[in-house]
Amino acid sequence: MGSQGGWGQSKEFLDLVKSIGEARSKAEEDRIVLQEIETLKRRINEPDVPRRKMKEYIIRLVYVEMLGHDASFGYIHAVKMTHDDSLLLKRTGYLAVTLFLNEDHDLIILIVNTIQKDLRSDNYLVVCAALAAVCKLINEETIPAVLPQVVELLGHPKETVRKKAIMALHRFHQRAPTTMSHLISNFRKRLCDNDPGVMGATLCPLFDLITEDANSYKDLVMSFVSILKQVAERRLSKAYDYHQMPAPFIQIKLLKILGLLGSGDKQASGAMYNVLEDIFKKSEPSSNIGNAVLYECICCVSSICQNDKLLKTAAEVTSKFLKSESHNLKYMGIDALGRLLKRNPEIAEEHQLAVIDCLEDPDDTLKRKTFELLHKMTKSSNVEVIVDRMIDYMISISDNHYKTDIASRCVELAEQYAPSNHWFIQIMNKVFEHAGDLVDVRVAHNFMRLIANGEDDEGAGSQLRSSAVVSYLHILAEPKLPSVFLQVICWVLGEYGITDGKFSASYITGKLCDVAEARSNDDTVRAYAIAAIMKICAFEIAAGRKVELLPECQSLIDELSASHSTDLQQIAYELQALLGLDARAVETIMPYDASCEDIEVDRSLSFLNSFVNQSLQNGARPYIPESERPGTLNISNYGAHDQLEAPSHALRFEAYELPKPSPPPIPPALLAAAPVADLVAVPESAYFSTEPHQPSEPLGGAAMSPAEHGLRLRLEGVQKKWGRPSYSSSSSSSSSSAPSVSAPSAQKPANGVANANGAAAAAGAQARDSSYDSRRNPLVEVSAEKQRLAASLFGGSSARREPPPAAPPAAGRRAVKPVATVVAPAAPPAPPAGDLLDFGEPSPPPAAAAAVDPFQQLEGLLGPASAASSQNSTVGAVAADLLSLHADPPASLAEISLPGKNPLAEISLVGPAAPSSPVVKKGPNPQDSLEKDALQRQLGVVPSGQNPNLFRDLLG
Amino acid sequence: MIRAVIVMSTEGKSRLARFYDYQPPEKQQELIRRLYGVLSSRPEGVSNFAQVEAIFGPDTRMVYKHYATLYFVFVFDSSENELAMLDLIQVFVETLDKCFKNVCELDIVFNFNKMHSILDEIVFGGQVLETSSDEVLKAVEEITRLEKSASSGGPLPKSVVGRLSR
Repeated sequence: MGSQGGWGQSKEFLDLVKSIGEARSKAEEDRIVLQEIETLKRRINEPDVPRRKMKEYIIRLVYVEMLGHDASFGYIHAVKMTHDDSLLLKRTGYLAVTLFLNEDHDLIILIVNTIQKDLRSDNYLVVCAALAAVCKLINEETIPAVLPQVVELLGHPKETVRKKAIMALHRFHQRAPTTMSHLISNFRKRLCDNDPGVMGATLCPLFDLITEDANSYKDLVMSFVSILKQVAERRLSKAYDYHQMPAPFIQIKLLKILGLLGSGDKQASGAMYNVLEDIFKKSEPSSNIGNAVLYECICCVSSICQNDKLLKTAAEVTSKFLKSESHNLKYMGIDALGRLLKRNPEIAEEHQLAVIDCLEDPDDTLKRKTFELLHKMTKSSNVEVIVDRMIDYMISISDNHYKTDIASRCVELAEQYAPSNHWFIQIMNKVFEHAGDLVDVRVAHNFMRLIANGEDDEGAGSQLRSSAVVSYLHILAEPKLPSVFLQVICWVLGEYGITDGKFSASYITGKLCDVAEARSNDDTVRAYAIAAIMKICAFEIAAGRKVELLPECQSLIDELSASHSTDLQQIAYELQALLGLDARAVETIMPYDASCEDIEVDRSLSFLNSFVNQSLQNGARPYIPESERPGTLNISNYGAHDQLEAPSHALRFEAYELPKPSPPPIPPALLAAAPVADLVAVPESAYFSTEPHQPSEPLGGAAMSPAEHGLRLRLEGVQKKWGRPSYSSSSSSSSSSAPSVSAPSAQKPANGVANANGAAAAAGAQARDSSYDSRRNPLVEVSAEKQRLAASLFGGSSARREPPPAAPPAAGRRAVKPVATVVAPAAPPAPPAGDLLDFGEPSPPPAAAAAVDPFQQLEGLLGPASAASSQNSTVGAVAADLLSLHADPPASLAEISLPGKNPLAEISLVGPAAPSSPVVKKGPNPQDSLEKDALQRQLGVVPSGQNPNLFRDLLG
Repeated sequence: MIRAVIVMSTEGKSRLARFYDYQPPEKQQELIRRLYGVLSSRPEGVSNFAQVEAIFGPDTRMVYKHYATLYFVFVFDSSENELAMLDLIQVFVETLDKCFKNVCELDIVFNFNKMHSILDEIVFGGQVLETSSDEVLKAVEEITRLEKSASSGGPLPKSVVGRLSR
């Protein structure tokens, strides 16, 4: 082919492309390209390369870089080429530099001058090329160098140049709004440009500006409306038509802008209704671009103030999209539906089947979009179906990003709408099991907290916990559980494993040892496991039973005592020390079920007052606050220590780290979080900070008792949302059947009341009453297909379709369903329950026996909901029986208001003040420090930087 | 705005890569590779959209179209309309087709700088500049004419391999 063509490719280049095309492997391709790079390096640096030749080299460089190889050796030549006088070469140079360089590259400085010159060129093509480079290569620092010229170009006779100048200014605005702020009026001016193309280009920056601040542009509403009207009425020349649509891209941009301006503005919205109606009528639904405009209309209608007529039209168009064969339109339809739902939740009903089709579509994009829609439509009546679907999908995909996304959606929905805690636990178990390492660790912490005090009613709480324990003992048998999940399991087993007496301490300890054994390289899990063992030992000792460590447990302790992790070591030593304490001491340091108990912090360290006074009387100098001390760095305004007065000391100990004046409240009630944290509590500091039994006034001000309520309130806030819908008659009877069989009577009704509140908030509550029963079908009957699924998702209309007889059996089944794992077909629980109860008795049978029997029976708890029928009843029954036995109420749920790093820091300040203090010396006393530290661990409060955020969402 | 325009062969070789916010070359390669992973796993007859937030970050969408041996991919954010972007791809390909008289993959490979010029007339700094393929063609031809007046030229290299169909 030779060197021919206006775009001038030589034979060499053609050969290169050809040989790359024929390369059989990536390695071969790389070899060819590297060879090419060598050639180019040599040639490009030869003296007196002809300019045309150079141009070709540059293009070859671009090509090489596109294939992923480094061509930076030639950048300078591309820069030089921009200086060339020939238009062809100059444009090639600009193309190359825009592809090669970023705005912060060192070579840019060599181009700015050229750009400045070219922006003034008489040849508009040169100007355009320079503007293209401006868009890509000018950064905040260099903007002022070209800004005046670009602004000048807004008045250029060529409309292409004006257009590009506007876009370059838009780019400046995106990059550095401050440099541009005085020029924004130019965009408004250009809106009135004679050329519709230039006007259209102005819409892009205006869209951005209006997104940032709609209020400053309200005056333009009428202009936009009239432009849109004119465009829709085909006042523009035919040249702007695209597929028989008048300037559709301009229409789309205008509709987007109007959507922003009309949002929450009745007057502005009112001005738009006519033109929107007009566009709905005029847009051609047979062409792709026509549908794009229609879709944009729907977006606009759903964003501006409500107009029923337009909404109706929008719904009709949406339904056309959904019914279309085209996947693209279905996708847009699902998206549009999601937008319209906000305005009118009933719109979804008529499209239920279409939505379900999309859910089963082979197109992943569509499926995900549909899940997004379902996420928006979730309410308490359909949460179970939707979350089940999501979990199935989550299990089926391998892409971690979307797995995480779906998992967090599941968690969010489950937290918000869970009909019962049992269901919630099941869902969370599944999420942890299948995406455990992807979910945020906070989710696990929230979850543990929920298990600890999620139920207002203590009976239900302990029932919940024992069912969690049972399910976890079963799940532990599965291989390859995610670390986070194991942490949750260990924590639950440690806190509640032996609470209901079903399982013996040695059995649970054995299981925990197995976990620690199997995860020998996961320190966090091991820490959770050993901490759990410690708690179980503590509970046993406190209960007056003798603790016989299993040999594997003993060897685990020995191993951890020599662990490379000091955290693990510490817990192991603490455990060993704890075993030597008497019941009373253990009870104090490790109170039962106190993970959410309050810890009082005496930040003023008032218990030291007597000591301080004594020292003062003995002639010590009073404490001078750090800030007032002469000669000290006066960095901190830390002034909360007036009460602490220090005797003078020859040595000055600088604090390692200055504490923050006001510590964020940390709520984490997570025992084993301690070993994970970087910052491990030093015993001494722990001693002060966790002094719960000191009769000291809580410095947190009135925080203490209100905090208690505060937490409760917050939890109730969550709780309310969990409400089942307002199934007043039928389901309340089904739920009241629950207590009669199993639960203490208070629990369920109480729940129901709370739930009713939540449900009342949801719209269309009455409609659901009837649909509520029928919606259960899809889960139970595998064969019941889409219609039922639709019914369960959308409620309402489906009730009409379902033959009435379907309802009663469904209602019956409902009682069996996850919510009511407790409930059970009343009678049968006897034999299996007996087994379990026997097993639960204080004299523990051999662990092996336990491993066989209860697990099989409890399988249903974990498995798909349908399996949860009769077998689960045992859990409920057992739990119920135990409830009566187990009446101790660790009721106070209180916020833990221990400050973050503060205790540590304060101690370091106190350090010099009381070097000989017996109180301080108390720290090193192993037993005391152990007690305190253990308590601290028990309460899960670790002065670590990470913790304060853990429950932010829960605590507000 | 439009974040990137990428043309790649069905074998995953990039034929044109334009990122409107700068990406270092290694990153570009990685993005293209991952994009290809998404594209190649899409079954036939599904939508032209794919979710790419995992690759390009939050608030990014992607529209692609498959022509013969090439994928044309536009990545953009929520300020653009998916269906409209689909049509923009159409405009781009139409223009290429008019420009090269029945465009084929080889035309694009050998003249990728011309393809850049065409794209520059359609998308400018990440915004849609022109949506009429005739207008684009006019502009490109004018550039060609002016450029040729500065240098000698001849007919474009032409090959018959792999004609693009629409």
